[in-house]
Amino acid sequence: MSPEMKVLAGDAAFPRRDLLKAGGALLIGLSLGTRARAQEPDAVAFAAGPDQPDPKKLDTWLAIHADNTATIFIGFVELGQGCSSALLQIAAEELDLDMSQINSMRLQTHTTPNQGGTVASASISRGGPRIRAAAAEARRALLNSASEVLKAPVDRLSVSKGVVSVEGNPKTVTYGALLGDKQFNLPFTGTAAVKAPRDYKLVGTSVPRKEIPDKVAGKYVHMQNVRVAGMLHGRVVRPRGQSAYGEGAKVVSVDEKSIANIPGAKVVRRRDFIGVVAPAEWDAVRAAQQLKVAWDIKPTLPGTAGMHDQMRKSKTIDLVVLETGNVSSALGRAAHVVTQTYRGPYQSHAPFGPNCALAEVQSDSATVTCSTQNIYETRAKIAKVTGLPVEKVAVRYYEGSGTYGHSCYDDVAMASAIMSQLASRPVRVQFMRWDEIGWDNYGPAHLGDIRAGVDANGKLVAYEYQGWQHTWMLTETSDQLAVGTAPVEDDGPVAQKLTPLNLGSMYAIANRKLVNHRVPGIYGYLKGSYLRSPLDIAVAFASEQTIDELAHLAGQDPYAFRQSNMTDERWLGVLHAVSQASKWTPRKAASALSNAKVVRGRGIALGTHLSSYAAAVAEIEVDKETGKITAKHMYGALDSGLAINPGFIENQISGMLVQATSRVLKEEITFSSTNVTSLDWSSYPILRFEEHPAVTPIVIQRLNEKSTGGGEEVLGPAAAAIANALFDATGVRLREFPMTPARVLAALKRA
Amino acid sequence: MAGEIKINVNERQFTVAVPPDTPLLYVLSNELQLNGPRFGCGLAQCGSCSVLVDGVERRSCVTPVSAVAGKSITTLEGLPAWYAKQKGLSTAPALHPVQQAFIDEQAVQCGYCYNGMAIKASELLSQNAQPSDAEIRKAMNGHLCRCGTYPRVMKAILRASRIVAGVAK
Repeated sequence: MSPEMKVLAGDAAFPRRDLLKAGGALLIGLSLGTRARAQEPDAVAFAAGPDQPDPKKLDTWLAIHADNTATIFIGFVELGQGCSSALLQIAAEELDLDMSQINSMRLQTHTTPNQGGTVASASISRGGPRIRAAAAEARRALLNSASEVLKAPVDRLSVSKGVVSVEGNPKTVTYGALLGDKQFNLPFTGTAAVKAPRDYKLVGTSVPRKEIPDKVAGKYVHMQNVRVAGMLHGRVVRPRGQSAYGEGAKVVSVDEKSIANIPGAKVVRRRDFIGVVAPAEWDAVRAAQQLKVAWDIKPTLPGTAGMHDQMRKSKTIDLVVLETGNVSSALGRAAHVVTQTYRGPYQSHAPFGPNCALAEVQSDSATVTCSTQNIYETRAKIAKVTGLPVEKVAVRYYEGSGTYGHSCYDDVAMASAIMSQLASRPVRVQFMRWDEIGWDNYGPAHLGDIRAGVDANGKLVAYEYQGWQHTWMLTETSDQLAVGTAPVEDDGPVAQKLTPLNLGSMYAIANRKLVNHRVPGIYGYLKGSYLRSPLDIAVAFASEQTIDELAHLAGQDPYAFRQSNMTDERWLGVLHAVSQASKWTPRKAASALSNAKVVRGRGIALGTHLSSYAAAVAEIEVDKETGKITAKHMYGALDSGLAINPGFIENQISGMLVQATSRVLKEEITFSSTNVTSLDWSSYPILRFEEHPAVTPIVIQRLNEKSTGGGEEVLGPAAAAIANALFDATGVRLREFPMTPARVLAALKRA
Repeated sequence: MAGEIKINVNERQFTVAVPPDTPLLYVLSNELQLNGPRFGCGLAQCGSCSVLVDGVERRSCVTPVSAVAGKSITTLEGLPAWYAKQKGLSTAPALHPVQQAFIDEQAVQCGYCYNGMAIKASELLSQNAQPSDAEIRKAMNGHLCRCGTYPRVMKAILRASRIVAGVAK
């Protein structure tokens, strides 16, 4: 290439190394002669229509190629947590392949199996057994073929790196030679024997993640980098910061002349959905900022400060989640009782790169590329908003920036489809920072009343928790604005409510009661959905501070008190591991208070998400003049059963320790009576580099236990450990987070 | 209003025809189709769009392309060659030591913040080959991460610093 290249805006002359192949049009229902392979995902049109692959066929799950490599079809997405590599590790183990010989197919409807969403840290627990069984079944079929070729019984065959050999015979045959890009044409029965954990060679080792070298070299294509010839850039135009969920946003008038000085930009509108599209991205960005839209905004929010009172006064739907023994009578006999109220804020997913999607909607079909955690669910949403039959909509996944739950990925995918349909062109939409934080599906605010008691011997005897929060909202903003779809809430079995595991289940307590007060959230509340470790931080913050208070009243060290009230070996295991790592020495909390300006403290706590066992220790400093808490060192221990790749789990624990520090010290969505006012990193601050703690992650490996979640469980205990450390440092407790300098100062003043 | 502007990116000359107030980021992403610098906030708050301009870290999301005409711009893609030039190496390594250290430490989760982390760390090590923990924390403080990778990024920069300073291979 010449050193001087002329590149014009919107010109297609520049080499498009990362553009979608197949002319950008993702074809549906096109059957391929040979099996799709992971190494060239972009060259593969959406195949194997019309709807979704049959999970009862072995070919749905994996393909063996002529070059002796394999492609695995997995229904779980890579989010930077390493699950795609870990699932490959499981398959490679059963197939006796090297990690370099195995890859996974990019998730896309019509091609990869529907295994539900990549949620609840369940990719390994739900996806692992399936891929393990499929790989074992493929191996069995391959060995049956090899047995004929090598003229030896199967029990005399062994496999290494996909090469099958016979004991005492130089002749070998490879998987690639046996099947080579042809289909198995076998049912998937789940009947093949899988390896015993003691025979694992690959599972349980910390092989590196597959996608990191490309990410590091700048070769990785994040969703935000996906481009297609002839596409327009789109931006949504909404009020800065959402109003109450039920209000949506009502357009009074749009002044299209207000962007007349940006010739390429055009307004696209469907009911209250307003967007701008332009061939040049900068034109779309500035047109969206410049376009004058008058909105009818109603002051129906209580404001940040009034939220918890409004929740308590609301007419709730109540559910006794658990009741054992008799809490009230046990509390009557207790030596010490603690009764407190705790508050947690709305918090944002706040992906580091705002969500992005690229849609090409035609008269009879649509293709959408986006960062959804559930391609099949998103497909249904796109079908609804475009009016197309679901099987005519193709959705494929590109990793965006970390999403930590239901951020705006569906909203932006629907927005891109709406805009593409209106503009009759492919449209790439990226949210601006204020769209992403201002119109997020926030982790809901929480209010908790707790009372618990301990007897004269230091035994926990009663525990009651009553929690208030609204559930998750299901109507995506783009759907609400463009289609006029009514705002609805999730009242299904996975709707947000208290779960017993985090509320005293780690302790042996005879009398326990948990009551969920579901707040109706359509009017007067923000849009909520699952944010990494839903409810757990708020609940652990309340519950584990209460346990700590009881330990203090009983005159005991917080570690020893917990240990003496626990019987479950796995809970005891993480508690012991974290105390060992942090060199915990017995001492009653707040028994070493100092008059210094900057004081130190330590705290310990337990908790989890829907499975697994976690414990954390926090070592902090508190500046009593500024009220600023600095987490100096965080320790986190996690027992998630069989750790497929302990290195990935260590990375997750490290990330959770830092994110928990951020969420418990800094993060809070603020709002006025009309709008959310947290819109960027200045008004929604997160933990900064200078503020980050040293971390010590501890993985408990349990080869003979089932793998359970490893991406959310440490957040709750880590946050609670920091709260307990504040008490140890200052003798003061905070009942509301984030534990901002202002709140700490006010509490120190009251004390 | 779209005049022609000459820019030098990763040691190559480009002429782009865009309005002069177009932020450099959009030119790098769209006209030059580079994937290193990326949009994070558009407000110079997060660092995901960072590039080096004459060796100094700049936020490309708020830098008008006209302001960097004639200057030498280095993106993530150009870091190995930039390092080779600095060190007087005859050929560029496959990766800048900072990039290699991010692999060795498995420091990346989603990887979206990584561009800014790598650019800023490369700038830091070009000025101070063996920074202390406190110097790293201070230098990197303008770069946010949402996955919580700061501790591993810290380790990666320390590892890279030993290579850059020539005290380890």
